[in-house]
Amino acid sequence: MTVAPGWSSSRVAGRIVLKTAAGLSLAYILLPMVFVIWLAFFAQEIPSFPPEGYSLKWFRAIPGNDRFVSGFLLSLQVAVVATSIGLTIGVPAAVYLVRGRFAGREVVNNLLLLPLIVPGIVLGLALYVFHVEAEIATGWPIIGSFGGLVAGHVLIGIPWTVRLVTASLVGMDHTVEEAAQSLGANRLTTFWRITLPAILPGIVAAALFGFVASFGNLEMSLYLVGPGRTTLPIAILQYLEWKIDPTIAAVSVLQMLFIGAAMLLTDRFVNISRVV
Amino acid sequence: MARLQLTGITKFYGDVRAADDVSLDVAHGEFLVLLGPSGCGKTTTLRVVAGFVEPSSGSVHLGERDISALPPWRRNAGLVFQSYALFPHMTVAENVAFGLEMRKIPKAEMAPKITEALRLVRLDRLGDRLPRQLSGGQQQRVALARALVFRPDVLLLDEPLSNLDAKLRQDVRVEIRELQRKLGLTTVMVTHDQEEALIMADRLVVMNEGRIRQIGSQQDLYERPAEKFVADFVGRSSFIDGRMDGSGRFVSAGGLVVACEGSGVGNASLALRPERLALMTADAPAMDNSFSGAVEFISYLGSQVDLHVRLSPKERVIVQIQNRPEQSLPAIGEQVQIGWRKSTGRVFQS
Repeated sequence: MTVAPGWSSSRVAGRIVLKTAAGLSLAYILLPMVFVIWLAFFAQEIPSFPPEGYSLKWFRAIPGNDRFVSGFLLSLQVAVVATSIGLTIGVPAAVYLVRGRFAGREVVNNLLLLPLIVPGIVLGLALYVFHVEAEIATGWPIIGSFGGLVAGHVLIGIPWTVRLVTASLVGMDHTVEEAAQSLGANRLTTFWRITLPAILPGIVAAALFGFVASFGNLEMSLYLVGPGRTTLPIAILQYLEWKIDPTIAAVSVLQMLFIGAAMLLTDRFVNISRVV
Repeated sequence: MARLQLTGITKFYGDVRAADDVSLDVAHGEFLVLLGPSGCGKTTTLRVVAGFVEPSSGSVHLGERDISALPPWRRNAGLVFQSYALFPHMTVAENVAFGLEMRKIPKAEMAPKITEALRLVRLDRLGDRLPRQLSGGQQQRVALARALVFRPDVLLLDEPLSNLDAKLRQDVRVEIRELQRKLGLTTVMVTHDQEEALIMADRLVVMNEGRIRQIGSQQDLYERPAEKFVADFVGRSSFIDGRMDGSGRFVSAGGLVVACEGSGVGNASLALRPERLALMTADAPAMDNSFSGAVEFISYLGSQVDLHVRLSPKERVIVQIQNRPEQSLPAIGEQVQIGWRKSTGRVFQS
């Protein structure tokens, strides 16, 4: 290839700098995961380098560990239910925020993003206090209940839904909806037939991120779980309190595989990188 | 198809009058073009007809119906957008079927209507494609088929050609016009492109600052512009500022005395069409007005040449001459003699 002289050297240098920077950033993100995965296969109980040998025994031990299995199942249930509720609330909210005209639109928009900004510990404590007060006031069993835990996780999902669905709505060509209306579709039909398909990638991405955020949430959940009800991240933390063997690494690897599979699966249906 | 009547449409956005007392009467089968610069109120007017803008006052009648209070989906108006606004997740045939579906037409009756609509716009083989697999011109035709298939009472075109390249635009103008005539569609088109407006319209409406400035045929607007804005916007004009100094006598700010057909006394502008000014050669017949000036700029456009001629320190006019091989063109800086008949200049009193 011939390149105009004078251009070529600075261009090539620029490209090298860019690629190096990108490579370093990627390594910085991936390195901890690489170590966790590596550690999961160590044979010895106390993690030390270099490994004394490799083994799959930590993986084999997981199905036998009741706390991990029930933790996984609870996290899965909570994440699925909370994400569904979050979408049911968040999608209409996003539509109204973008299409509606009302005073304080920006304020509401920012309020809905708050759960993402407030630290999980603070959020959890606030919810716990609220649950205590609510239980005293109503007499219903709220503290440490499944419903209470789900209600908290709904909060985690809503900012994702609002943000991502809002973005897809803003990016959507509004005249397409007008075209549908001029062709005879009322507002509801227009939403179902035109708007919803257009923002579906945003909704799926929101569901995925909400799910992942809920599934991995530790700080807030610590306040909301009750006796005999432990999510997977809490089970991991509790295990770590008196053991540091590679079981944790093995559980983490499974968790990564699970979430990675969920991402790949959704990416087959919608191109997530288009909306995020 | 039906007659469309707008009566006293006014639309305020805050303090701004986007449309100011707009009244129109579009006959059955007529092709009316709303022409004007951006922000003149033409799109607002079209959106009032479509039902997307609720006017602050005034009414819209379509045929026998008063549609002023109806939502867009009950108006039975076919709309083609500048961006085409095709449904990206539906095939061409599904896009065209949408309007029929909304009207609860049985599936069996839909198929022939879709085929016919696609044949009308010469896309009958592309029914299974998705919009993004089509060229701009093809998308435009799908939008047209989609707006026509359900037999709308009125066809509304919002700058439908401005996203097409120049060559294609010329073909599509003729195509749309022929289709509209064949189907006898009452049509309102919005455009800022005067050439497009002149080619396609039965009748034109020139708008500016929310108000209708003139309604008329191509000849009306070009030969008898009602005001300075129209003379400037439709076709080209060189303007000379000055004052009327009695009947038939215009004195420019730079001191030129021009014979014209205006009357009255007072400040005025004189509009001159470049192609009606002549370059006077030695053997040319005398004209009512004749001035000499220096050529300051030349635009060579192939079949024609524009000369920008300085008549006085305050006045410069454009003279458009035909480019003939036997004629030698003046050079920049050369003194030339130009002239025009007194009927050429149009006077706008201010």
